[in-house]
Amino acid sequence: MAILSRSEAKRILDKVLKFSRANEASAQLAGSETGNIRYARNSVSTSGIVNDIELAVEARYGKKSGVATINEFSDASLEKVMRRAEELAKLSPENPEAMPTLGAQKYVSVDGYAKSTADITPDQRAKAAADSIIAAKEKKVVAAGYLEDERAFAAVATSKGLFGYHASTSANFTVTMRTEDGLGSGWAESDVTDFGTMNTGSTSSVAIDKAVLSQEARALEPGKYTVILEPNAVSGLVGYMMSGFDARNADEGRSFMSKKGGGNRIGEKMFDKRVHFYSDPADLNVPAQPWADNDFMRLERTDWIKDGVVKNLARNRYWAEQSKGEVVPEPNNLIMVGGDKSTEELIKNTRRGILVSRTWYIRMVDPQSMLLTGLTRDGTFYIENGKIKYPVKNFRFNESPVIMLNNIEDMGIPQRVGMWGMSAMIPALKVRDFTFSSLSDAV
Amino acid sequence: MERRKFLKIAGVGSSGLLLPLQGVQVSAEQLLNEGMHSSHKRHLADVVLNTARKAGASYTDVRIGRYLNQYVMTRETNVENIVNTESLGAGIRVIANGTWGFAATNDLTADGVARAARQAVAVAKANAKYQTEPVRLAPVKGIGEVSWQTPIQKNALQVPISEKVDFLMDVNNGALKAGASYIQSSLYLVNEQKYFASSDGSYIDQDIHRLWAPMQVTAVDKKSGVFKTRNGLSDPVGRGYEYLAGHKKDKIRGQTTLYKASYDMAEDAMLAAEQAKAKLSAKSIDPGKYDLVLEPSHLCLTIHESVGHPLELDRVLGYEANYAGTSFATLDKWRSGKFQYGSDKVTLFADKVQPGSLGAVAYDDEGVKTKRWDLVKDGVLVNYQATRDQVHMIDQKESHGCSYGDSWSSVQFQRMPNVSLAPGEEKYSAKDMIRDVEKGIYIVGRGSYSIDQQRYNFQFGGQLFYEIKNGEIVGQVEDVAYQSNTQEFWNACSAICDSSDYRLGGTFFDGKGQPSQVSAVSHGCSTTRFDKINVINTKRKIS
Repeated sequence: MAILSRSEAKRILDKVLKFSRANEASAQLAGSETGNIRYARNSVSTSGIVNDIELAVEARYGKKSGVATINEFSDASLEKVMRRAEELAKLSPENPEAMPTLGAQKYVSVDGYAKSTADITPDQRAKAAADSIIAAKEKKVVAAGYLEDERAFAAVATSKGLFGYHASTSANFTVTMRTEDGLGSGWAESDVTDFGTMNTGSTSSVAIDKAVLSQEARALEPGKYTVILEPNAVSGLVGYMMSGFDARNADEGRSFMSKKGGGNRIGEKMFDKRVHFYSDPADLNVPAQPWADNDFMRLERTDWIKDGVVKNLARNRYWAEQSKGEVVPEPNNLIMVGGDKSTEELIKNTRRGILVSRTWYIRMVDPQSMLLTGLTRDGTFYIENGKIKYPVKNFRFNESPVIMLNNIEDMGIPQRVGMWGMSAMIPALKVRDFTFSSLSDAV
Repeated sequence: MERRKFLKIAGVGSSGLLLPLQGVQVSAEQLLNEGMHSSHKRHLADVVLNTARKAGASYTDVRIGRYLNQYVMTRETNVENIVNTESLGAGIRVIANGTWGFAATNDLTADGVARAARQAVAVAKANAKYQTEPVRLAPVKGIGEVSWQTPIQKNALQVPISEKVDFLMDVNNGALKAGASYIQSSLYLVNEQKYFASSDGSYIDQDIHRLWAPMQVTAVDKKSGVFKTRNGLSDPVGRGYEYLAGHKKDKIRGQTTLYKASYDMAEDAMLAAEQAKAKLSAKSIDPGKYDLVLEPSHLCLTIHESVGHPLELDRVLGYEANYAGTSFATLDKWRSGKFQYGSDKVTLFADKVQPGSLGAVAYDDEGVKTKRWDLVKDGVLVNYQATRDQVHMIDQKESHGCSYGDSWSSVQFQRMPNVSLAPGEEKYSAKDMIRDVEKGIYIVGRGSYSIDQQRYNFQFGGQLFYEIKNGEIVGQVEDVAYQSNTQEFWNACSAICDSSDYRLGGTFFDGKGQPSQVSAVSHGCSTTRFDKINVINTKRKIS
C-alpha cells in the first residue's frame, strides 16, 4: 500500500481535490517503506521496517490556509480531510506572505528508482550487517553500524491543474570500527540509489584500515595547517554554508551573504575561481525530487557559485515579489565540481599536511562570518613528503568555509555523501592555512 | 508503524531547527478530545500480554500512546505556521529466546494489537540467531493500576489558539518597539498520554505535559553590515501554560532579568532587543584565561553535554559508537572509585522527579519507579544512567529508570534523565560570586556548543557576556567562546551559589539513536564559578 503507482496516486489526488469548496486547494500524497538494521559491539541490536503513507491537503481562502493530513483513503475519509482543511483555513489568521497556489508545472524527468533497492529483503539487510561484522572480527576490531534503505513515492496536485509524480529509492550505510583497546577508530559511508552497488564489506574495510592505522596517535600543536579534507570532512562545512544561501536573510542584512550598506552579494567573487556549486534534480549521481516541498515549484539546474562568483541565493515566491527578484526554490541535492585526483594522489603531492577523514559536531559560532567550530574524527594523519607518516590526535577547528574555499590548493574526484538529509557530490579538498584551535583526546 | 517527519524552521545562526512531527495534522479542538478510556486500554494491554506469552515471550511490555503536539510559530507581525498533530498507537516489546523483539501498530483493535504482539515475538526469535548474550532484566515488582499527571495548573492545549497568537504578537511588537530589526517567536506544546502495562503486573497511566517558548531577536546595522542576535532566556519546562504568567516573585533582577518558575516573555523580548542592539557596538573580548561565572540558563547546556551524555551507560559500552559516540568516562575509571571528575565542590545528581522538570514522570517507559541518585559525589565518579537490561553490567540490581521511547512506534531505550549540579551549602549569591572575581566573564544563556565524540574537548558560546574586573561588571563584551576539557573544567570549579539561586534549564529536542529519537531533559544548577578557563575570540573577517 505504501508505494502507489502514478495512476493510483493521481486517482486519489483528483478525487480529494474534487471535494474542495475552497477558493484554491492543493494536495500531496507521499508514501515510503523504510527498512533498517543496527548493530554494535559486533552484534545486531535492532532492526525494523516502517511503512507510511499520508495525504496532506491544503485549503485556501485568500490569504488564509489550513492543512490537514490523513492516512486512509476511502471516499468518506477524503471528503473529511478536505472539510477539516477548509475549517482550519477559515479559522486561521491571514498570512500576508501567502502566495497563490501554483498551476501546471513542467517537471524534469528524474531516474532515481532502482529495483534492487525496492526489492531488498530482511535477509539482505542481515547479510549486509553480517558482512561488516565478519570483516571486523577477522581484523579484531569492533563494529557499530547502521543501514537504512527506502523506497518512496510522492505525488502532488493542485486545483489549478498541477500534477507531479516521483518515485525514488535510496540506501545509506555508515559504519564505525574501533580497535578493541579503544585507541583506534575509523568510519566510512556508502550512500547509493541502487542497493546492488553497495558493498558493506568493502566499505567496512575502509573503516577498519583507518581504525588500525589511527592507533598510537601523536599530539601536534594546534595552529594553521595545510589539510586534505576527505569528502565527508568537507560536506559538514559546506553543508552549513549552503544552508545560508538565502536571499531574504541576505537582503534583510542578517547573513554572511548580506552586503554592507544593504542588499546581497550576488555577483561578487567571494571564493577561489575553481569553486563551482550547483543543484540539478536530474543529475544521475544524486537524483532528487524535481519540485520544492513547500509549494511544488519546479526545480531546475541552478548554479549557486560559479568561477568563485555568487550566482544565486534561494528566494521563495513571496520574497521574489517583494524584492523584484527571480524565484529560486530551495534545492533537493547539491553538487560541487571537483578535480580528477584520488585522495592518494592529493597526499602524494603534499610536502607537509594533515589528512582529515571526517568532521564532527559542527556548529555555527558567528553567522556574520560563517565561522564554524567542530572536530576531526575517525582517522587524522600527518603527511610528510607525499606519504602518511603517523596518526595524530584529533583537533578542534574554528574556521569559516568562506575562508576555506578561498584557500584551495587542489581538488579530488567528487564522491556521493549524505548531507543534511539529502545527497550531495563533494570532492576531497586540499586547503592551506586551515585553523585548528585546540587538541582533543577523543578517539 | 509511521515514518518520522520534520518541519524545518528557519533561523539565523543555525541552519534552522527541525521539529519532529508525529502522526497526522488535526484541528486544535481535536487535541482536547478525551482519549481512550483506561479500562479499554487495560483490556487491550491484557490481550497483548496474553498473546505474547502464548507465543513464547518470557517478558512483555506494551505502551499505548496518544502523543499530541501543537506548534505556533510567528515572525514580526505575522503568524508563520500553526501545526496540531495527533499520533495514536501501541508499541509492544517482548523478550523471547533471550532476545528483544519490537513491533508497533496503529490498529488499536484487539485483533490489531494481538497481531503486533505475535510479530514482536517473531522478530525476537529471528534476531535470537544473532544474539551473543541473552538479555538480563533487573527485577521490577508489579504495582497494579496507578496513574500520574505532570502537576500543571493550566493545560496549554486548552488555551485558544487566538490567545496564543495574541500573546506572541504582543511579544513581537514589544521587541520591535524596543528597536529589534526582526523577531521570531514560537510556542511548542507537547502532551504525552501514555499507558504502560507489563507482564510484571503493572498498569501505569501517565499524562505528561511540556512547554517551550523560544524566540530569537535580531538587530541589524545596515550601514556597517553588522548584525547580532539574542535568543530568549526561557527554558523548556515540564509545566502548564501558567509558566508564561511571568510572576514578579519568579524574576531575578540583574544585568538582565532571569526567570525561575515562570517566564515574562514580553519583558525578555524587549530586553533582548536592547541587548542585541548593545551587542552591535560591544567590545570584542581579548582572548586569554578568565574566571567564568556561569549563570544557570547557560551552565545547563554545559552540564548536558559534558556530564549528561558521557555518563549514559549505552555510550560507555559502545552501543552508540556509530552515531552519538562513546565516552571518556570508561568503566575502569568508575570501578577505581577514585576518578576525580570534578573538584570536591562538585556533586552531580540524576533524577526524574524534580517538579517542573522535563524529565519528571512517576514511572519510566519500562515501568520502573523514578528516583534520584548521584553520578558524581564530592568530585568522584560514582555511577551512570542505566535501564533494566543494563544495570547488571555495572554490578547493580536496580534499574535507574532511564528508559524512554519518543513515540508508541519507537522502541524505548536508555535516555538521559535530568542531570543537575547540587547547589552550594553555604549562603552565597551570584552578586557575591562576581564580587570575588578579579578577571572574569559572566555568561548568560545558551549559545553555540560543540563537543567531541568522547566528551573530552568542548567549546561553548552564550547569549550575553559581561566582563568582570576587580569584582565589578564593567560592560558587555562580544565574540566570546570558551574551550576546555571536561575533567579539567569540572576540576576548575571553585564555587557554587546556594540553593536560592538554583533553577532548571533544559533541552527540548535532544537527539540520539538510529533511527534518531528525541527526548526532553532538564538540568538544574546555581550560578557557578570556574577558574582560569581558556577564552577565545571568535571574530573573523571574510572578504
